[in-house]
Amino acid sequence: MSAVAATSKAVRPRVGADAIASKGWLGAHKWLVLRRLSQLGLLALFLAGPWFGLWIVKGNLSSSLTLDMLPLTDPFLLAQSLAAGTLPYKEALIGAAIVVAFYLIVGGRVFCSWVCPMNLVTDAAAWLRRRLGLKGGKIPSGDTRYWLLGFMLLAAFATGSLAWEWVNPVSMLHRGLIFGFGLAWGIVGGVFVYDLLIATRGWCGHICPMGAFYSLLGGTALMRVSAAHRSACDDCMDCFAVCPEPQVIRPALKAAGQDHPVILDRNCTNCGRCVDVCGRNVFRITTRFDRSES
Amino acid sequence: MGDMQDKPVGQGGPSPRRRFLREAAGVAGGACLLSLGVGLYAKQASALPATALRPPGALAESDFLAACVRCGLCVRDCPYDTLKLAELGDGVATGTPYFNARQIPCEMCEDIPCVAACPTGALDRGLADIGKARMGLAVLIDHETCLNFLGLRCDVCYRVCPVIDKAITLERQHNPRSDRHAMLLPTVHSDYCTGCGKCEKSCVLPGEAAIKVLPVKLAQGSKAEHYRKGWEEKEAAGQSLIGEQIELPVRGLEGKSYGDTRVLPGPATPARPGSGLDSGWKP
Ligand code: SF4
Ligand code: SF4
Ligand code: SF4
Ligand code: SF4
Ligand code: SF4
Repeated sequence: MSAVAATSKAVRPRVGADAIASKGWLGAHKWLVLRRLSQLGLLALFLAGPWFGLWIVKGNLSSSLTLDMLPLTDPFLLAQSLAAGTLPYKEALIGAAIVVAFYLIVGGRVFCSWVCPMNLVTDAAAWLRRRLGLKGGKIPSGDTRYWLLGFMLLAAFATGSLAWEWVNPVSMLHRGLIFGFGLAWGIVGGVFVYDLLIATRGWCGHICPMGAFYSLLGGTALMRVSAAHRSACDDCMDCFAVCPEPQVIRPALKAAGQDHPVILDRNCTNCGRCVDVCGRNVFRITTRFDRSES
Repeated sequence: MGDMQDKPVGQGGPSPRRRFLREAAGVAGGACLLSLGVGLYAKQASALPATALRPPGALAESDFLAACVRCGLCVRDCPYDTLKLAELGDGVATGTPYFNARQIPCEMCEDIPCVAACPTGALDRGLADIGKARMGLAVLIDHETCLNFLGLRCDVCYRVCPVIDKAITLERQHNPRSDRHAMLLPTVHSDYCTGCGKCEKSCVLPGEAAIKVLPVKLAQGSKAEHYRKGWEEKEAAGQSLIGEQIELPVRGLEGKSYGDTRVLPGPATPARPGSGLDSGWKP
């Protein structure tokens, strides 16, 4: 096995080849498949109404009503609205509170990997970039998103309107799929091209203020990924290649600045790709309190 | 965050602290510029086209843009598919609900489901009576093509109005062209018009309607508050405030034909004997 790995490493095997060899395709894509099912399933729930008259969920990710009783509101939208100077009705407030509570538990950026439709676009761009072997480009600092988040709230305050929503590709994409696109394709396509040609994981990993907002909810997440079996790591670097936020892995996997193997960084999206792609079963999804190594 | 700090330090370059500050300044500057651009774009693009009407109960436009989260729940609960969410390129703030009266007008649902559905208050639940909605104000904007202005009896805008005889009336006027007919001019009254757009929708002209619903701000002049209407003052006081009018001579113009422009009391003389509205003419 190790001989195979060594020779195949010399000819740069595809990322995840080890995992497919040891776990089979399905085993090496378990979390990815679940995640796509979650993303597409949620979209299908929203589309069942307008397409088939099956009104389970109305609205869009900005605010929705499920089964005519459960209100859900995007807390980032609500924050912009508050900054712009309105106090919405209690439906919107309750809806946002439910969403915040949920992501405080499962991890803020679970929104990014399991819900956000833009993830399909940026994952596709990242995959294509890997396959084409595109290198280089200009990557902005990962802090850009937090500054942008702050300034966007400021802009909402200054203009008295939801300023970011004029260009927000995330809500535009979801709304567009459900209510009609207009020219919003252009903006979504722009994000794809940017991620493909200019910056690896540029949008989701460095710019999107919505992702930044959700990452702020990620500090207390109960559900976390642990590099519990890190002793088995053979430095193939596949996890770094697939992770949308590769900087979160090192502290846990290489014991850099911490000694337990749990990935506590708020920007880990709990996508589980590292679990999938590791041929040596280093990672597992567990809770933040499970500091054991195995 | 970490990618820069992870690099080894102390290789003759600036200190990590300096570098961090410089980098942070660059990032903040870039983000600030981008936000400024977005803010300015939002500001300048927030003018609503005159044909785009907000749903009933919508807050004043500036407040509306602060409150509406662009969820489309109002759109979903409108039984007549009147409302739609603006798409990028429509000229209306992307994702906000509006309708175009000439396409599908508001049917003025009694239970106002669009307002009930709005979770944010961008559509104000204070609106309990759809008759109090002010989505816009109808204006008979083209006196040259309106069939009633041409002396015909179209009346369609008048007949379809859900607030008929209050929001819109037919005002009888002498038709000077035939000199023997009346013109019944559709006339909108702002006290009652909800701006539903039924009149604009049903105007029989082939393309643009002669009657259009416009944003109230465009449709209405400001009231001349400084101008007191003599007839209203007289009614309020029960008598004329200035007493009997004194007839003043018009000095120096006595000999001129235009010297005295006052109309003599008594029945008005018709333009031509035996003509006009009251000539008793029958088809
Ligand atoms: S970072 Fe933004 S665009 Fe990317 S998945 Fe998260 S919310 Fe969506
Ligand atoms: S560390 Fe693993 S679970 Fe977290 S974002 Fe990266 S690949 Fe996904
Ligand atoms: S009042 Fe009725 S027809 Fe008019 S916009 Fe609301 S739901 Fe639609
Ligand atoms: S329901 Fe309210 S918040 Fe949602 S789109 Fe309509 S007006 Fe905006
Ligand atoms: S918009 Fe037209 S139809 Fe509607 S209330 Fe006003 S006058 Fe009547």
